[in-house]
Amino acid sequence: MKQVRTVLFFPPESVEEPVTYHLISDHGLRVNILRARIDPGKQGRMVVDLEGDDSQLAAGLNYLERIGVEVKPLTTEIRHMEETCTACTACIPHCPTGALSVDRDDSWAVAFEPEKCILCLSCMEVCIYGAMVLGEE
Amino acid sequence: MTRTIQQINERIRSGSAVVLTAEEVIDAVKQDGIKTAFKKVDVVTTGTFSPMCSSGAFFNIRQSKEKMKIGGGFATLNHVPAYAGLAAADIYLGATALPDGDPRNGNGRPGKFRYGGAHVIEALVAGRKVTLRAGGYGTDCYPRRERVQEIGLEDTNDAFLFNPRNGYQNYNVAVNPSDKPIYTYMGKLKPKLGNANYCSAGQLSPLFKDPYYRTIGIGTRVFLGGALGYVAWSGTQHNAAVPRRKNGAPVRPAGTLALVGDLKQMDPRWLRAVSFAGYGVTLSLALGVPIPILDEEMLRFAAVTDEEIVAPVVDYSRFYPTGEGEPVLGEVSYAELKSGRIRLKGKTVPTGSFSSYAKAREVARHVKALIESKAFLLTEAQAPLPGARGEQEVRS
Ligand code: SF4
Ligand code: SF4
Repeated sequence: MKQVRTVLFFPPESVEEPVTYHLISDHGLRVNILRARIDPGKQGRMVVDLEGDDSQLAAGLNYLERIGVEVKPLTTEIRHMEETCTACTACIPHCPTGALSVDRDDSWAVAFEPEKCILCLSCMEVCIYGAMVLGEE
Repeated sequence: MTRTIQQINERIRSGSAVVLTAEEVIDAVKQDGIKTAFKKVDVVTTGTFSPMCSSGAFFNIRQSKEKMKIGGGFATLNHVPAYAGLAAADIYLGATALPDGDPRNGNGRPGKFRYGGAHVIEALVAGRKVTLRAGGYGTDCYPRRERVQEIGLEDTNDAFLFNPRNGYQNYNVAVNPSDKPIYTYMGKLKPKLGNANYCSAGQLSPLFKDPYYRTIGIGTRVFLGGALGYVAWSGTQHNAAVPRRKNGAPVRPAGTLALVGDLKQMDPRWLRAVSFAGYGVTLSLALGVPIPILDEEMLRFAAVTDEEIVAPVVDYSRFYPTGEGEPVLGEVSYAELKSGRIRLKGKTVPTGSFSSYAKAREVARHVKALIESKAFLLTEAQAPLPGARGEQEVRS
């Protein structure tokens, strides 16, 4: 048995495909969804752990490729550089999951919860201080 | 009862002055009322930390043995062009200057704008060296024609920030009602009113706390980028003649300050280069101005809260760039902006800021500490800003 952590990028056409169902029932893989962002009609993104033997994994990845899902290894993770962050809050309305949040009642500090991050990279584009960086996990 | 700046300075020197930040004074006035609080409070410190595009620095580069006239020639610092139309060794580097060859927005928008004038200024303030490349045409008195050298602030005779426009008194809230995302100096604006971006520290912001420029004027000492600085002039686009609320707060962008300060005394904690995707490079700066509480009216001004000041919401997809359409979509208070969402055209719109309230608070606290430790005395303005209350009397 082997486990791989990957990011699946769904083109808008295959967002409605029951991908995890096929991976489980047709290919015998164990699928653990760590993060997902799937909106009908838009590109989707899912971070998953796939577990199975070599041939199951190969068949599963083959299936994903066939339906147009891009499979990328999860070697990167977003990091919030607290020293660089000025807590301006410019990223807050761009973060779709609330992974970035601000304590408006007291400190006005900006906090990052990696477990809620779906790696959409919106914050990287809008942070003018370069406080959101891609880093090795 | 009133008090003068001299009396306040005497109290600072003797260690008995009462200094509150612009947040603390709000609580003090709520608790004690204006009359009682006025008897106690001498100074209120304000602060802001935000991108301030109209910024830049003058440098006088120390000559080498064989002298060179940069004036009329050219100079770049880390490939970023500086203005070379001054005397032999003076150059001016603007915060928004970009290296030749930067793709700008040309390689398919939005450009990244990773490096520019502000980054050079930040590097120098952080004690790093940058590469000066300069050329001149050669004269009898300045024969040298070319110079390439690593320089730091220690290789300059003088280095000072001179910012034509900082500290805007109030600013637009930017939104995008169109169907495409846009990239502006107010950040990325999502389509269909997807977000609203603002840029003021509101109740901590200097000019909101002296709305008629009664104490802030030309010559006023300020805290700028970590050093002591001064108001050199009214800032460009300064406009006192905008509609105001009863509490004096302008409801449109109004006053501005031209500021000057010694770059050699500044600190990267209070001066940061920034890159706006799709827009450009600029400089974020800390600015703090202490307000002397001369009378009850000044205390009332200084205690104005986020609930009592409003900003105009402006369409940056149409009205701002083209002047067409509705000039102002609505007015919202800073309290609403800071709640994280505003109501606009029947929609709830999430807000984000480019002005850091957390840092603004740090600035106000820092200036308070400087005054309490007698490292910062207040100054009398030498001349009023245009449109200042009482300006006529001063001039006549
Ligand atoms: S935009 Fe950048 S600096 Fe501002 S709060 Fe977010 S991470 Fe921090
Ligand atoms: S990449 Fe940034 S914006 Fe996207 S979910 Fe993660 S923290 Fe939020």
